[in-house]
Amino acid sequence: MLAASSLLEIARVAGTNIAAKVSPNVKWMPADGALHGQIVDRLMFWNLAALCAIALVGHLWLVFAVLRRRKASGNFPTAVRWGLIAAFCAMYAWMALTAQRQWAANRYTGPSLTAMHVEVVGEQFQWYFRYPGADATFGVTRSQLVDAAAGNPLGLDPRDPHSADDVVTSVLVLPAGQEVDLQLRSLDVIHGFFIPGMRLKQNTVPGQVLHIHFTPAVAGTYPILCSQVCGMGHARMQARLEVVSPADFAAWMEARVNQRERARTGETAK
Amino acid sequence: MSRIFSRIFTTDHRRLGILYLYLALAAVVVGTVLSLLMRIHRVWPDAVIPFFGVMKPEDYLALVTMHGTLMVFFVLTTAPQSGFANLVLPAQIGAQRMAFPHINAAGFWLTVVAFLVLISGGHIHGGAAISGWSMYPPLSALSASGPGQGLGVDLWLISIGIFCIAAWLSAVNMLATILAERRAGMTWSRLPMTVWGWMVASILTLLVFAVLLAAVILLFSDRHFGSSFFIPMGDMINGRVVGHGDGSPLLWLHLFWFFGHPEVYIAVLPGMGLATSLFANFCRRRVIGYRTLAGGLVAIGLLGLAVWGHHMFVSGMNPYAGTAFAMVTMAIAVPSTIEVIGWLAMLWGGGMQLRTPMLFALGFLSFFIAGGLTGPLLAQPALDAYLHNTFFVVAHFHLVMGMAGVFSVFAGIYYWFPLMTGRLMNETLGKLHFWISLIAAYGTFFPMHFAGLAGEPRHYDRLAGPAISFPSLIPVERGITFSALLLGAAQLIFLWNVYISARRGKPAEANPWRATTLEWNDGALPNRIERGPYEYEFPPDEGGLHLQWESAAKQE
Repeated sequence: MLAASSLLEIARVAGTNIAAKVSPNVKWMPADGALHGQIVDRLMFWNLAALCAIALVGHLWLVFAVLRRRKASGNFPTAVRWGLIAAFCAMYAWMALTAQRQWAANRYTGPSLTAMHVEVVGEQFQWYFRYPGADATFGVTRSQLVDAAAGNPLGLDPRDPHSADDVVTSVLVLPAGQEVDLQLRSLDVIHGFFIPGMRLKQNTVPGQVLHIHFTPAVAGTYPILCSQVCGMGHARMQARLEVVSPADFAAWMEARVNQRERARTGETAK
Repeated sequence: MSRIFSRIFTTDHRRLGILYLYLALAAVVVGTVLSLLMRIHRVWPDAVIPFFGVMKPEDYLALVTMHGTLMVFFVLTTAPQSGFANLVLPAQIGAQRMAFPHINAAGFWLTVVAFLVLISGGHIHGGAAISGWSMYPPLSALSASGPGQGLGVDLWLISIGIFCIAAWLSAVNMLATILAERRAGMTWSRLPMTVWGWMVASILTLLVFAVLLAAVILLFSDRHFGSSFFIPMGDMINGRVVGHGDGSPLLWLHLFWFFGHPEVYIAVLPGMGLATSLFANFCRRRVIGYRTLAGGLVAIGLLGLAVWGHHMFVSGMNPYAGTAFAMVTMAIAVPSTIEVIGWLAMLWGGGMQLRTPMLFALGFLSFFIAGGLTGPLLAQPALDAYLHNTFFVVAHFHLVMGMAGVFSVFAGIYYWFPLMTGRLMNETLGKLHFWISLIAAYGTFFPMHFAGLAGEPRHYDRLAGPAISFPSLIPVERGITFSALLLGAAQLIFLWNVYISARRGKPAEANPWRATTLEWNDGALPNRIERGPYEYEFPPDEGGLHLQWESAAKQE
């Protein structure tokens, strides 16, 4: 059953990848690895194409007017002037509506019930990622307990049973084709969580928990940047997103859990 | 001695206008040098820079913060608004003086104090603030958050607080002058378009600088009086929990951008008015659709008060609010388009006189189109969610606010220079200045679009980071730096031109551009104004134009 659904998922992802190859994209942007990215890229392409064409025509108009040494008599036709304005209004409406649909699809609704959950925490000048573990529930954190040197950078409360199996990493590893819901926090100042390859950006704001959801589609390594100036280490506040196959992800997670268990039993033995 | 004193502490609006321009000149020189240091550092990160040594990341961020603050507040707010309006606004509406000359002078001197306080931030221990000109808390609220975040931020807040009061005083005076001091017959439809620009900008100043002043006071209170407007519960810096209240950083974003976005229009509306006047003058044409264009300026100002959230699509603001702000932002493109189409329609007939002020006005229009068109793109939350805080945005506002604003200031200086000195500026040097600046400005800011599309964030002091190093952008960055250096160097031509023309320039006649507006009248004014501001296009036997200071009856 699970195999069938993941096969379906892979077929869906492959299909959208082919569609992404056919649809135009902007040469300067990094390759898209997210499911929603192809729509963003297509919108970006057509917006840039339209705006470049208009800028070009506007400048040709200017050059023509400058080169027209003999002054033409009569005014510019009013109907043409208002016709142009109406055409621009139509274009702005098109832009507003197309982009709005994409925004609503991504942000108005939450993730599907099968999405996996990962917490992203920004801190001067480091990203942390927390997986809830087998109980699918994040343990309680308290800023008073934050102690990176003692191996508790997020301030997990050991008295909360849910925190025991939480896995904290500095690399974000995600299985391809699986929708993920990120819940973003910051310990100190505002940071900007930005994965160019996933067409994804959301500030992390201290005092708030914010959610974004997306589906990484193409396996690979994607840089994670900080896009909101956060202090002297801002330009170095980077991490990596590794999108891997579901099997590799399961193996990686198991290794992390074992590592965590070893660390815990080592602690008790001491 | 007392004569020098009275020359400096003057209440004469024309002299204050020139003093404002000097202040803006000082600020723009400092701001430009800072930006060139940043550009050099980005391309040669290990270079030893005089007075700096090797630039540290916090130095770079301090430069960004100071550059932005100087340019936005002390150049683009002072020169087009206070500088030019003091110089010509009373004359253009047929007034003898400003409504409140002492408040006006107080506004100027407070601006000087604000400038000195801000500049002193670069010389104190710890250096200037590093949190960018938008000063987002908690970074700006907690002095432990980085070097420069102690006294550096305090000085920034004090400087901007004083600036708010100064801008407010200046706007009160200007608005009162426009409303109450117009000569009889100077009706709304006889105002030169510059006056419309100054009026809308003054109204915006009154509304939004008051909010910024409040925000600055709240932030100062968070830093020193133990309040928690912007610091959330449990917030920690350097391993120490400092948040004990229950504040919200987003509150600052709302307050700041409620000021910050209309500020863009405060900077560019006077330039839009001036460009309209210059197009009419140098094309010898009436303004097509005067009421539409004037109404467009008002609409831009009004809508500009309701678009601040487009700076906050990914800030954690409710996504439904993002939609609302996106729609209003898209709506503001409509009056902007009406202005541009109106100008293009005026220019279409050709036959223009390409004097230097006209060239700079055309340059303004070119930047306004090139930079403005990316506005509707960035207004779409789905696309802004990729481009927000990348160099694409840097390109956008440097073209539409920075370069368009600066070119309109240049146009104004070349155009009104005879009123300041009785002489014309040198045309050859002026044209050289224009062409090099135009090409170098595009060379500097246009490629930044590509860097932004590649995903390069703002405020990065170097490209090479732990996870990404943007190798494809190195040649682009190098080209940008060389263009920026050329752009900076071209301004030496301008400074030389000002210096030499003020001394030995061609003496100007009373109305050197054969303009119709009242600032060019050097005789007595009629009791009643009976002409519109742009009555060109008349048969030669009527002189080709109707001057605003002539009575309508005399021409019949």
